[in-house]
Amino acid sequence: MKFIKFLLVGIFFGIVLTKSEAVSWYRIYEMFHFQSFHMYGIIMVAIGTGVMGIQVYKRKKMKNTEGEIIRIPDKDKGITRYLLGGILFGLGWALAGACPGPMYILFGAGFWSMGIVIVGALAGTFAYGLLKDKLPH
Amino acid sequence: MDFIFKPFPWYLSGVLIGAVMLLLIYMGKNFGMSSNLRTLCSVFGGGKYSGFFRFDWKAQRWNLLVVLGAMIGGFIAVHFLSDGSGVNLNPETVAQLGRMNIDAPEGKLLPDAIFGMENAFTPKGLLILLGGGFLVGFGARYAGGCTSGHAISGISNLQLPSVIAVIGFFLGGLLMSHFILPLIF
Repeated sequence: MKFIKFLLVGIFFGIVLTKSEAVSWYRIYEMFHFQSFHMYGIIMVAIGTGVMGIQVYKRKKMKNTEGEIIRIPDKDKGITRYLLGGILFGLGWALAGACPGPMYILFGAGFWSMGIVIVGALAGTFAYGLLKDKLPH
Repeated sequence: MDFIFKPFPWYLSGVLIGAVMLLLIYMGKNFGMSSNLRTLCSVFGGGKYSGFFRFDWKAQRWNLLVVLGAMIGGFIAVHFLSDGSGVNLNPETVAQLGRMNIDAPEGKLLPDAIFGMENAFTPKGLLILLGGGFLVGFGARYAGGCTSGHAISGISNLQLPSVIAVIGFFLGGLLMSHFILPLIF
């Protein structure tokens, strides 16, 4: 039963992302054409909320529900993988209009053709696993 | 309670998405949606083909539950918490889409021109959806995260690699949206 909280967080996340319209292909297109502040507002406020929360966690040395002091590991240093991987991701994001979260959310909401996007994303992830050692990182 | 049926404004949405990330960190986890794709590859036996998929995926079951929850949340929001008044785009965006023969939202989240069943299963439709998904899946793993892991979590933790990844997201997105999409449609 200790897992139920994760299901609840997921339900909340699914509702918020749908109601915010961040799951909408249209909103992603509009964002990439700088024709609305909507998506930029969402992302900036989410980051602002996150920065403040994480600073509070760190400065108060807060403990998580497991009783450990909250530590967030740094990302590995580098440029190549983040830039190249990011560009490929962005190409797909603007084409399918969905990043991984919205894919699941929309499929769950009954947009069945999103299942094709998920199959593609699994194939892409699998292909990365096969090619990982040959790619510059 | 009427507001619950209307689209959420950006400031409320932003605070609530930030809260989801903070909540997961407080629960001793992290906010990252694309890592579930790797977990699923592992569940389906990907470990036979690459060491990248040989890890203890059972330690990631909590994240699969977040995904299951997100699917349920999407269902609830679309079927019970929407009055069809959403997705009010910039009229210029709608006109632009019209010139590419992409239908206007009129309350819909997704265009039928891409996601309608009659279009999704044509060779062109399949290529768009499979190709888009492939790029997202490949790119997210190559970059080590997606919108949730880099744009929200990483930048919130002041990580330079995440800033680089998000610059990449936008370079790719601008290229697709401005130059490649008009060629496809």
